[in-house]
Amino acid sequence: MNRREFISAAGAATVTAWLPGASSAAVPAAAGRYDNLLILLELKGGNDGLNTVVPYADADYYSLRPRIGIARDQVLQLDAAAGLHPALQPLMPLWQSRELAVVQSVGYPAANLSHFRSIEIWDTASRSDQYLNEGWLTRTFAGMPVPRSFAADGVVVGSAELGPLAGGGTRALALTNTDQFLRQARLAGGEGASRNPALAHILKVERDVTQAAANLGSGVALRSEFPNTALGNALKTAAQVIASKAGIAVIKVSHNGYDTHSGQLATHQRLLKELAEGIVAMRAALTEVGRWDSALMMTYCEFGRRPRENQSGGTDHGTANAHFVTGGRVRGGLYGLPPALTRLDGNGNLPFAVDFRDLYATALDRWWGLDAATALNGRFPPVNLLRG
Amino acid sequence: MLRQLLAILMALLPLTAAAAPMGFEEARHLLNRTSFAANVDDIESFAKLTRAQAVDQLLAWTGGKVGTAAPVWINDFESPRRLRAMGEEERKAFQRQLAEKGAELRGWWLTEMLTTPSPLTEKMVLFWHNHFVSSLQKVRSPVLMYRQQQLLRKHAFGNFGDMLHDIAKDPAMVVYLDGASNRKGQPNENFAREVMELFTLGEGGYGEQDVKEVARAFTGWSIDPDSGAFVFRQPAHDAGVKTVLGRSGNFDGDAVLDILLAQPQTAELIVTKLWREFVSPQPDVAEVKRIARQFRDNRYSIKVALRALLLSDAFYAPQNRAALIKSPVELIVGTLRLFRFETGEVTPFVLSARQLGQDLFAPPNVKGWPGGEVWINSASLLARKQLLERLFRAQEMRSPPPMAEAGGARERFVRALLDIHFDGERWLGQFRPGEQRLTKVVLAADPAGTPNSSAQGVDRLRELVLDPAYQLK
Repeated sequence: MNRREFISAAGAATVTAWLPGASSAAVPAAAGRYDNLLILLELKGGNDGLNTVVPYADADYYSLRPRIGIARDQVLQLDAAAGLHPALQPLMPLWQSRELAVVQSVGYPAANLSHFRSIEIWDTASRSDQYLNEGWLTRTFAGMPVPRSFAADGVVVGSAELGPLAGGGTRALALTNTDQFLRQARLAGGEGASRNPALAHILKVERDVTQAAANLGSGVALRSEFPNTALGNALKTAAQVIASKAGIAVIKVSHNGYDTHSGQLATHQRLLKELAEGIVAMRAALTEVGRWDSALMMTYCEFGRRPRENQSGGTDHGTANAHFVTGGRVRGGLYGLPPALTRLDGNGNLPFAVDFRDLYATALDRWWGLDAATALNGRFPPVNLLRG
Repeated sequence: MLRQLLAILMALLPLTAAAAPMGFEEARHLLNRTSFAANVDDIESFAKLTRAQAVDQLLAWTGGKVGTAAPVWINDFESPRRLRAMGEEERKAFQRQLAEKGAELRGWWLTEMLTTPSPLTEKMVLFWHNHFVSSLQKVRSPVLMYRQQQLLRKHAFGNFGDMLHDIAKDPAMVVYLDGASNRKGQPNENFAREVMELFTLGEGGYGEQDVKEVARAFTGWSIDPDSGAFVFRQPAHDAGVKTVLGRSGNFDGDAVLDILLAQPQTAELIVTKLWREFVSPQPDVAEVKRIARQFRDNRYSIKVALRALLLSDAFYAPQNRAALIKSPVELIVGTLRLFRFETGEVTPFVLSARQLGQDLFAPPNVKGWPGGEVWINSASLLARKQLLERLFRAQEMRSPPPMAEAGGARERFVRALLDIHFDGERWLGQFRPGEQRLTKVVLAADPAGTPNSSAQGVDRLRELVLDPAYQLK
């Protein structure tokens, strides 16, 4: 080894060690950090947090929701104030084994009530008045790249939109069915470059396909069964990708239909049942392939819904919301603050207590051992919901 | 000598830039952006026109009658009241019927796109469908969705203000954005928010209080559950004073729409969207403002705005050629039209469009299909290429593809695939062997891949359509 080789080899080793946040002893090694898998579950349309985690001891809740409130004797009590919607019954074993974290009053300052703008805020981890082009995970991977040996940086199932993986050079793979993907991958060429941005995008997708196909194994038969719903099928595809042992840092799965402006009760009941059954099936599959302890699954969406029900038996766009975090290393319990129904803003919406970027910081800092401040453009305190 | 030179220069002057015949490349660009795909004969004849002549010709052809026979049930509104009186079995049959009508409706439109002499008309109807979004998924009435499309057709090149006023009273829209349950006392904000955010001003052009006030102005705008017609319910209307964008009065919905139309942002939002559809992904702000002013000064004449866009220098700028990604419908209809595929039933192509992310009459949400690069991800790109490969491999069409639906639909699908015919050799007969024009007609940009030098005839064509550049327009 000559001097030049020595310096570059040493440099490669030390640059990662010098990165902020990478110095703590608890942090996984650079190559190994992304062996911790992050699974994002998007509840598209804005889930009604108040009817998901019900403040059943709060009289204001029932006066705001005379028609669609979930009766006290129906809820699955978590403590003396909060209870889950009865359709979430499948989650109760996870709660009892203390692997389910319920984070209440998640939001951000100066909340925007537009679906599209608010999900953009969540996806880019921006301030309410700040417009960013890249997803928060895209920024994360730009700062600390996922190893090239991984099949892809992220996989998106059930949505055309890449959300937190959008923009930049992220290797994001949209999948509907793994076997079909592998059959079709030969159609991608993956050569060439172009100064035409549209063509450059297509060529990049072709390269991502070629690389993923080379790493994704096929024909993984899982014993775990998934519910026969759109969400169940999407989670099954996600589980097959994980089971193929191809390296993947993030998987995003979307569950559609939460924009319940009217006739909410029946729709929401179905959605939450699908969600709970999906999460439980995913847990079984992850356990089957030995990944439950290295998986962190969290829900997110653009906003919660307005506390006061509307005339159509539904709810309009709101602000702060309840979210679930689960995984083999999650410290179960209630986090954040109960919904402050006596402190509604001028639009009749809830104040937040936990910034959504605190949850992202939890994933970045505690799960991946990265300096969250870089990707999030500021310091956000992680929520202490992981076991050491 | 000098005088002669001057005379020549004077003669040339009106011919420079926009006044000269546009030539093959510009004609190809204009026709591809304003239709689904341009064949060589049309390109040749447009090449002889000036830009202005060409654009005026395209606009003159728009707005004709729909040639495809409408479904027979368009006057038979599927009243939800009927459902109430039904038993379980009857109700199931009713739902099945709704699904079949939905498929027929999509097929009707796709057939019109495939056969119309004015593709620009269909492109603009599709543009407005993606602006004033409603979806069968929520409206659940193919009849109302058909009627809404008639409305979009009526105004597609007309007056945007008239279209906005009509769409606010359109029954499918009233259902889609919950107008029917927007009543005095406790308004439903869905329509109020989207009419400002997506249909007129754009995000940031209004405040939360405006949403509340606008919702009040639209209270009582409802539909008759028996006929499906728009009705104004006076008792449900809040006739009180509202303050919208700083102006106060006891506004009704129409008055609010006029306030929204008076804002310059409204014209700018529409021109920006037209720019993204026809010119490039990155609108030029100054040019948008210029054209938006013309748009407003001409009482929101859509034809004026479109003409200005199609005659702008930016439209023909080299960096904006091949800068857009074809939508699934453009890819499918364009391919079938360009190569003169003979098709039987169009249902398989309706399903293909859905699989590629563009389910006609059912955009994913009120913001519509995002378009642009979002059309292309690993799943959709592979599905596009698989469809193209299948179309250009006659022998493989004899076996049913894996995407077929179950039951009767599957059989219909397979049969329809067998009905597809493509006479590749005859199509190629338009070109001399090795002719450059072939590549220029098929692709908007140079091929990105290296051609296989031995590929000939239909094999060469298949190679061209599988090239990444074929996804561009």
